[in-house]
Amino acid sequence: MLIGISASDNRGLDAKMDSRFGRANFFAIVDTENMEARFIENSAASADSGAGVGAAQLFADQNVAAVISGDFGPKAFIALKTAGIELYSYRGSTIREAVEAYKNGELRELGVSSNNGHAGFRQV
Amino acid sequence: MIITVLSGKGGTGKTTVATNLALSLENVQLLDADVEEPDACIFIKPDFADEYEIVYRLIPVVDEAKCTACRKCVDFCEYNALALMLDSILVFPEICHSCGGCARICPVGAISEKEREIGKIKWDHSKRPLEFWQGELNIGEESPVPVIEKLKEHIDPEKTVIIDAQPGTTCPAIEAAIDSDYCILVTEPTPFGLNDLRMAVEVMRETGKNFGVIINRSEDEYDGIIEEYCAREGIDILLKIPFAKEIARLYSKGISFVEELPEWKPRFQELFKKIEGLVR
Repeated sequence: MLIGISASDNRGLDAKMDSRFGRANFFAIVDTENMEARFIENSAASADSGAGVGAAQLFADQNVAAVISGDFGPKAFIALKTAGIELYSYRGSTIREAVEAYKNGELRELGVSSNNGHAGFRQV
Repeated sequence: MIITVLSGKGGTGKTTVATNLALSLENVQLLDADVEEPDACIFIKPDFADEYEIVYRLIPVVDEAKCTACRKCVDFCEYNALALMLDSILVFPEICHSCGGCARICPVGAISEKEREIGKIKWDHSKRPLEFWQGELNIGEESPVPVIEKLKEHIDPEKTVIIDAQPGTTCPAIEAAIDSDYCILVTEPTPFGLNDLRMAVEVMRETGKNFGVIINRSEDEYDGIIEEYCAREGIDILLKIPFAKEIARLYSKGISFVEELPEWKPRFQELFKKIEGLVR
């Protein structure tokens, strides 16, 4: 099964996790069966807006079953949920740690988005 | 004549300059185009009398029955306002820029456009000789530009128009400035002030605007940082507003200083005459 993780660099399983979902430098796709990792550079890291939606689209296109990041904004959350992808919030140092934590059942699935977005104050 | 007041940096005194200038002139319109946080109203104290005009813009609506999930619209959208998730298109209206491209590119005509309310225009014409207009962007919306466009539709060519722009050098500030005859860049004598002034000057040059600088919170011993830059770049320094306790005190009470310090109205009138001369 494939897991998507936001990463600061692309140095294999020891790549650092990036706690930002849409604006991470890289997206890691890890196969939990053989622990192989591949990386996709995030072209939307400095986009004006829509980086979270773009990242969600990218992970959906890669057919990941779950995504691990520090925080998910409301739009990325809706997009990933619609695609049936599980979301996990985790602050680990490397993507290896994140995948291990996932495999050991240490992560709890997010039911609501973990931040309120960045477009100023939002109405509830 | 349309004059837009801008600044790269926020909090340098755009609203101070725009309101004091507008209050010093006859037959004038003041447009608050800082629609994400309009604050000229603090100094003008308008009575909007519950009247307003709603600003709409168009956002896509996808007909699921017609959509073939070809994803051409998703790939087209520069702003990621559309996503294809499990064969259905998700629309994120807040980040849509209303370009209409998705509706045009859709090969099966599954996308139409509908109006979405994104802000308001308010006005008060009772403060003669000043006519006050204010744009407001609804909370959570990301693009102020359509509200600024709508606000500018109310420009009266028979009047002198002062536009208070949003800080920064991005689309909303440019939208506020693009139709003006002259731009006033407000800055302060600090390294931040200079850095952001430079960016604003770049925008002015790129858009071919006539412009000059006002130094707010001016102090002789610090003004050099701005003066040297302006001298080097051949930019007019139109006016200096001193870093003075009395001006700050009035500001803190929501009073424009031209209303309390009689020497200032003539200075702003002189500034206006100077700009008229520069534009002709």
